[in-house]
Order: sequence, then C-alpha cells, then structure tokens
Amino acid sequence: MVGLFRLLGACLLLSPALVNAQINMPRGVTPVSQDIYGLHMYVIWIVVGIMAVVYGVIIFSLIRHRKSKGAVAATFSKNNLLELMWTIVPLIIITAIAIPSIRVLIEMDDYDAADLTVKITGHQWKWQYEYLDQGVGFFSTLSTPIEEVIGVEEKNEFYLLEVDEPLVLPTDRKVRFVVTSNDVIHSWWVPELGIKRDAVPGYVYEAWARIQEPGIYRGQCAELCGVNHGFMPIVVKAVPPAEYDKWIAERASAAKTAQGSRSDLTLPEAMKRGAALYDQHCGACHKYDGSGMPPTFPSLRDSSITTGSDINRHIDVVMNGVPNTAMQAFAPQLDDEELAAIITYERNAWEHDTGDLVQPSQIQARRQ
Amino acid sequence: MANGVPAAAGQQSVPRRVISFITRWTTATNHKDIGTLYLCTALLNLFVGGTLALCIRAELFVPGLQFVEPNFFNTLTTMHGLIMLFGFIMPVAVGFANWLIPMMIGAPDMALPRLNNMSFWLLPSATIMLISTLFMDGGAPNFGWTMYAPLSTTYGPPSTDYMIFAVHMLGLSSIMGSINIITTIFTMRAPGMTWMKLPVFVWTWLVTAFLLIGIMPVLAGAVTMMLFDRNFGTSFFDAAGGGDPLLFQHIFWFFGHPEVYVLALPAFGIISQVIPTFSRKPLFGYRTMVAATILIGILSYIVWAHHMFTSGMPYGAQLYFMLATMLIAVPTGMKVFNWITTMFRGSISFETPMLFSIAFVFMFTFAGCTGVMLAVAPADFQYHDSYFVVAHFHYVLVNGLTFAFIAGAYYWYPKFWGRMYNERLGKWHFWLSTISVNVLFFPQHFLGLAGMPRRIPDYALQFVDFNFISSCGAFVFGFSQLIFVYNMITSRRRGEPASDRVWEGAEGLEWTLSSPPPHHSFQTPPKVD
Ligand code: HEC
Ligand code: HEM
Ligand SMILES: [Cu+2]
Ligand SMILES: [Cu+2]
Repeated sequence: MVGLFRLLGACLLLSPALVNAQINMPRGVTPVSQDIYGLHMYVIWIVVGIMAVVYGVIIFSLIRHRKSKGAVAATFSKNNLLELMWTIVPLIIITAIAIPSIRVLIEMDDYDAADLTVKITGHQWKWQYEYLDQGVGFFSTLSTPIEEVIGVEEKNEFYLLEVDEPLVLPTDRKVRFVVTSNDVIHSWWVPELGIKRDAVPGYVYEAWARIQEPGIYRGQCAELCGVNHGFMPIVVKAVPPAEYDKWIAERASAAKTAQGSRSDLTLPEAMKRGAALYDQHCGACHKYDGSGMPPTFPSLRDSSITTGSDINRHIDVVMNGVPNTAMQAFAPQLDDEELAAIITYERNAWEHDTGDLVQPSQIQARRQ
Repeated sequence: MANGVPAAAGQQSVPRRVISFITRWTTATNHKDIGTLYLCTALLNLFVGGTLALCIRAELFVPGLQFVEPNFFNTLTTMHGLIMLFGFIMPVAVGFANWLIPMMIGAPDMALPRLNNMSFWLLPSATIMLISTLFMDGGAPNFGWTMYAPLSTTYGPPSTDYMIFAVHMLGLSSIMGSINIITTIFTMRAPGMTWMKLPVFVWTWLVTAFLLIGIMPVLAGAVTMMLFDRNFGTSFFDAAGGGDPLLFQHIFWFFGHPEVYVLALPAFGIISQVIPTFSRKPLFGYRTMVAATILIGILSYIVWAHHMFTSGMPYGAQLYFMLATMLIAVPTGMKVFNWITTMFRGSISFETPMLFSIAFVFMFTFAGCTGVMLAVAPADFQYHDSYFVVAHFHYVLVNGLTFAFIAGAYYWYPKFWGRMYNERLGKWHFWLSTISVNVLFFPQHFLGLAGMPRRIPDYALQFVDFNFISSCGAFVFGFSQLIFVYNMITSRRRGEPASDRVWEGAEGLEWTLSSPPPHHSFQTPPKVD
C-alpha cells in the first residue's frame, strides 16, 4: 500500500514537469477580459485565505485532539458569540467580493459608441459572420481534416481550433457583436476576448471588445448544440486598423464582382469540388459515406431524392432545407457553383452513378 | 433480511422459494425493507452511471475519436448525468431516510407504508425505461441532462418521449416519498421528541421533502411542455412559433437549483450524525444547524438563474442573482464551521465513516469555494460551460455528497445488519478513493480555466496532459468502488457481531435498538428526555 502511495505521489509531483499546459485563465487582450482576470485572481486569493483558515483548524484538531493521543473530549456545544461571528464574517467577505464584481458587470454592459458591428449567427455546426455596415459576410467552418480526427494523420498544432475563414477584426477599435442563432442554442466563446455569449434563436445578445494586441485568438462553441458541438471552433484574427480597412474594402468589392462570373462545370471538376464541399458542409449529419444516422439524419444513399429523376426536388431540398428539422437552407450559405458541385456529387457518388451534371445556371434559375 | 421470513423457508422447493422471495420484496411495506430496496437500487445505478462515465473518460484519454461517435458521446454524458442524479444520488438519500427516520424519532414504521411501497417501485420502472432508450432506434437522449430546448424538442431523438415519461414517474415517486416523510415526522414522533430534539438528519430530510414537493411538479411541467412541443404542435419553447427557448431554462433551473440542495441536505444530515460520534462530543451549534438548513431551503428557491448568466439576462437580473447566490454561501458556511468546531477539542478516532466524513468536509469546502467563484457573475462568463464547472459540480456531487453517503453506509452498516464491516478493507477503500478522486477531478479545474468546453468528445492539443491524468484517476476511482461492494456483501456473513451501541460515542434512539433492529422498530414509544 505504501508503495502505491509513493507511486501516486511521484506521479503527482512529476506531472507539472510533464505538463506544459496552461493552468489558469488567460489575461486576454481586451479591457473586459483583463478585468475579469483581475476579479478572478482577487477571488482566488480570498478563497485561498478561507481555505487556509478552515483547513488549518481541521488539521490542528486532527493532530492535537485525537483519541490515540489521549485527548479527552470537551463538552461545549454552543457559543452564541462564535455562531454570530460566522454569520457576520462571511457576510463581510461576500460584500468584499460583490463590490468589484458589480463594477465589472457595469463595464461589460456598455455597448454604446461602437466603431463597427459584427453579427454572429450560430448554425449547426459553423459560425456565420456579417459585417453589418459593409455588407460583407461569410461562414467559418472547422478546417481540420477528418483524417486527423480519426487518427490516420498526425494532428497539427491547432487541431480542432482552426477554421477555413477566420473572423478578421481591427485592434484599438470598439467592436460590437450581436449574437443570435439559426437553429439550436450555441455559445460564442473566445477566452482571450473575455466574451461568452449564448446564441439563442429568436434573441439578439450583445457584447463588445476593444482588442489591444494584434494576434490570433481561438475559442470554441460552449453550449451543447448537437452532434458536432465539439467541432465548431472560433478563430479571431486581430489586425491593425489600416490592414483591416484594406481587407474589408477588398472583401466588399470581391463580393460585388463574384455575382457576375459563372462558368459551366465538367463532371470530374464538379465531383472533385463536390466531394470536398460535401465533407465540409454535409458530412457531419449525412456522414462522409452518405449513410447518415437514421432515423434523425436520413441516409442519402439510394434515396428517392438523390437518385430520382426529378433533379429539381433534390435541388430544392438542399437550397431551401426542410422546415423544423436539422436540414437547413443552404441557398444563403453557398454560391451557385458550390451548390451545383455538391448536388452533382451526391447524384454520382456512392455508386449512384446517375450521370447527372447540375450546372450553376440551374441553381441560379431556382434562386428566384 | 431474515425478518419475517418463515422458518420453514429452507424446506421449500426452489421455484416456491423464488416466488416467495419475489412476493416478499415486491409487496414489502416495512420501512427497513423499502430502505434496503432503495439502497440496493441506488448502488446498482451508481455502477451503471459509473460505467457510462468510464466510457466517457476512455474516449477522452487521448485526443481524436477512438471508441465512440460524437452522437453516442452526447448520449453517454446525458445518460450518465440523468442516471447518477435520478437513479443514484436521490434514491440513496431516500434509502437512508426510510431506514433511519422511524428509528431516530422512535416510531414503529413510516406513516404510510403502502404509499412507500408504491413510491419505491416507480423508481426501478422509471430507471428501466430511461435505460431502455439506449437501445432504441435513433439513440438515447443526447442533449445533456439539462435538456435545453430546442435541442431536446425540435431536434431531439424519438426516444426523448420515453425519457419524459420516465421523468414523470420519478417525480411522482419523489413526491409520494416526500409526503410520507413529512407525515411521519409530523405525526409519529415519540412523546417528548420535540422539534428542537430531532436529530439533524431528520431535520435536513424534513426540509428536503418540502423542497421536493415544491420542485418536482415544476420539472413535470417543464417536461410536459417539451412533450407538447414535440408532439402536439405547441411552441412553448420554439422561437419560430412565438415561443421562448429561455423560458425552458428558467423553468428547468427553478427545479434544478433547489434539486442541488435536495441532494446536499441529507448528506449534510449524515455528516452531522457521524462527526459528533467519532469526536465523542455533542454537535456544536445545533440551533444554527437547524436554522441554516431552513435558510438554505428558502434561499435555494431564489437563485436559479445563476446557471444562466451567459444566456442574455438584463443587467439588473444578473446583479440580483449574483448577490442572492453569494448569500446562500453564508448558511452553508455556518454548517462547515459547526462541523469543524465539533471536532475541535474532541477526542477523535479514525474509523472508516469518520475518514470519509473528514474527507467530505475538506473537499466540500473546496467545492464551496469554487462555488463562490462561479457566483461572481462577470467571471462566470469565462467559467460557464467549461470543465471548470464540471470539476466544481463533481467536487460537490462525488467528492462531497457521494463521500457523505459512503460514510453513512459504513456508519450504520453494523446497526442495519448486526455485523461489522471489514475495517481494513474500509481503509483501503477510503485511501484509494480519496486519492484517485482528486487525481480525477482536480486537473479539470485547469482544463476549464484554459478554455476547454464541457460535453465535447474530442479536444485540442493543449488539453492533452490533464485529460490523460484525469482519465487515469477515473479508472482507479471506478474500480476502487468494487472494494466497497465486496466489503458490504461479505461482511453480512463473515463480519463480527455488532453491539447495540456499535460506536463508543454514538448518541440517538437508533442506537438503543438491537443490531439488527426488530422488524417494527419501536413497538412501544421510547421515553425521550
Ligand atoms: C445539421 C444536419 C444536416 C446537415 C449539415 C445537412 N443535412 Fe441534409 N438533412 C438533414 C435532415 C435532418 C434531413 C431530413 C429532413 C426531413 O426530415 O425530411 C436532411 C435531408 C436531406 C435530403 C433529403 C433526403 C431524403 O431522402 O429525404 C437531402 C438531399 C439532403 N439532406 C442534402 C444535404 C446536403 C447536400 C447537405 C450539405 C450541403 C446537407 N444535407 C447538410 C440534416 C442535415
Ligand atoms: C466515476 C466517477 C465519475 C466520473 C469519472 C464522472 C465523469 C463525468 C464526465 C467525464 C462527465 C462529462 C463532462 C462533459 O463532457 O461535460 C460527467 C458529467 C456529469 N456527471 Fe459525472 N462522473 C462521475 C461520477 C458522477 C456522480 C457520482 C454524479 C452524481 C451524483 C455525477 C454527475 C454528473 C452530472 C450531473 C454530469 C453532467 C451531465 C451533463 O453534462 O448533462 N457524476 N461526469
Ligand atoms: Cu455547440
Ligand atoms: Cu444552482
């Protein structure tokens, strides 16, 4: 038994050496996150003090007042003054905690005079960002390949904390976030910004940040939102204001020109793009081999929609979704070419081999 | 168990013995039989829930997906939470109540024995229904034990309706059990057993029973609204239909927070019995103990939205719930101080129940401190829904309450069965459990602070080390509990016969009865002075 204790003790002592992980809350890079950190440390020291007193008295009694040492029990069982004391002292302690907390709470609640507003919408399982004043918007999806998740490939440094397109924000400007959801409740959490806001369907919830240092800040969805809750990270890229202005101007003009250009796809082209897009947008529910998770998430293999002759039915389901189910409308999320590629892929993958090739123009035609 | 079984039982044929065994237990109305049934069911569920927890920890041993799919992972956390709360920790408390309350107040039995039988048998029916969802098409509930809408309504698997029915049955069972306990305490006390002479365990259960009657109908209401949203086209919680997803959270936590104290108060009661015995000194501050119990009961109704700081409450509501939550730390603190002062200048010995109780005081104090941290609303924006919360509530539920119930099991075992448990095995169980449970849950505080969300099947590489340590602790802790079961089973036959008083410092009516106590605890009311 003693040997076992030694072993466990050794493990515990060694563990900090083995561990190069962070053990405390990050200080963060915004006024709010730093104030939260300050509050956190302040309360930690208070509770450490409480624990020192409480544990001190217990350990003292356990050593000094044990029967094997011949201790004889006293008989007292009440003491008005003492009992009054430990009603009053905790009251004083909680007052000491409450006052600075109230101050930070007020600060967090100050949403006025923002320089720009970003709307954040939670979707099963990706984030949508819209720069409301510039008309720029995009989706941000996990970019870690499935091979790393299932262990076929080596995991990279930012495993599960990387996205295809990060949220770009300027430093030193006051950014206002409005957070909502398209389906279930999610929660947008970036520890270094000190922001966690539940994205609740039907509600808009505000937050603000003034980022002090350029850098990349990573976070994750914090509220259970279904199967891939663990796979919808957040990446914020904070850049100096000038760089941000340049970036947003480019995005705004790119968004305008993209609408015109459209070329026809060939079948191999469409299959290649479709496969990648399918894995990214559909694989979570319908599985990468199309088998789904019936009955909630239907299999697309040999379904009448994906193999039937009425292609428009297939296109409509993907574009408009199915109300009141997890099948969302993809028309607002993907462009014509992407939709065409995905649908072509579904109609030819998994030995469907219908030979159908859907063109962006067909999608365009059904957009109205 | 021999009570009431005819002497001729040994000569019956096997099928008859089986039938008489079944009828004996299904028709049992004796408070000790029901108590035993509750305790055995709870123990069984502890192992079911524990197995699920070990599956979770196995998946989280290393990053990447190894054993379970993300959807099944969500099922595991949900079922683990539901089974542990409704199948283990609530029944274990009711089991002790059934065994002890009549003996402690000098009554022959509970006031309503047949109701008692019914409230027990609803429990296994409900748990079986709950567990059966694991084998249904589309899988078991996968939205967490908090069942937040709309994930549980619009997006829930078909088996959710079975879960709702199980929750209804569990609620009914709790309400009937509570009515029974309240009636017993009000009407069956021995002459001279005045309110201020009631053992603290009885007091805590009295308040708990009132809490249960207050909250179980609220939970039933919440799940009924879920049922309607799912099947009958209402939109209580569906924003698209004019409903409100946050309404669900308010209703749920109006049940959920008092529920925490439903679990905690009986455990406080047990600790308040064990510590004086092994300190050989009367409980310090009996009056403040009773006052704190009642105060906790009242305050627990008005702090629920501290679980919802990040869901978008107005500033004023956040302020109010922050302050109210901090206030509830005061009566809880009073209890801890009273236990410590009871030990102070006592004559302490370290039998297994005392060891578990001391560990309880240590680790529950720790959990209380992280609780105060969580109450600080601005900081909760970082803690909420992270592993910090998982660590906090496991320090409450496992290192705290489960340890208290284990202390109670060792403490009254000789009284219940007339034989001592094996002290050596008890100490092994204690040390293995205490060390491993801290290895299991302590590192999770760091994980949460560093940013790991709860309820995720896979994690980023900065969380690798602590998850590994935590999983190691989990397996040692899980398997250590087998020592406990082995000890409880073998000591029934092999243990040394126990005296009536059992412990040198034991005080209270239950210790004046024989060990094991007679079938009808007090045929004639004892004299209390
Ligand atoms: C969040 C989960 C989810 C995602 C992501 C998702 N689907 Fe679906 N999908 C569903 C559900 C649920 C249904 C079933 C709806 C119903 O009940 O009719 C469905 C149905 C379908 C159907 C009809 C199948 C049939 O036989 O009825 C097609 C086709 C389809 N999805 C294509 C896609 C495509 C293409 C994508 C990616 C662009 C996609 N889905 C992404 C959940 C999802
Ligand atoms: C062997 C001991 C235990 C282990 C290893 C364990 C482990 C875990 C783990 C890993 C989670 C999931 C955390 C997450 O991903 O969010 C969890 C959740 C939970 N556990 Fe335990 N646990 C144990 C015992 C208990 C006990 C005894 C109780 C109650 C009495 C309990 C109550 C809960 C609850 C309520 C949840 C939350 C479920 C949810 O997220 O919906 N656990 N536990
Ligand atoms: Cu999520
Ligand atoms: Cu609470």
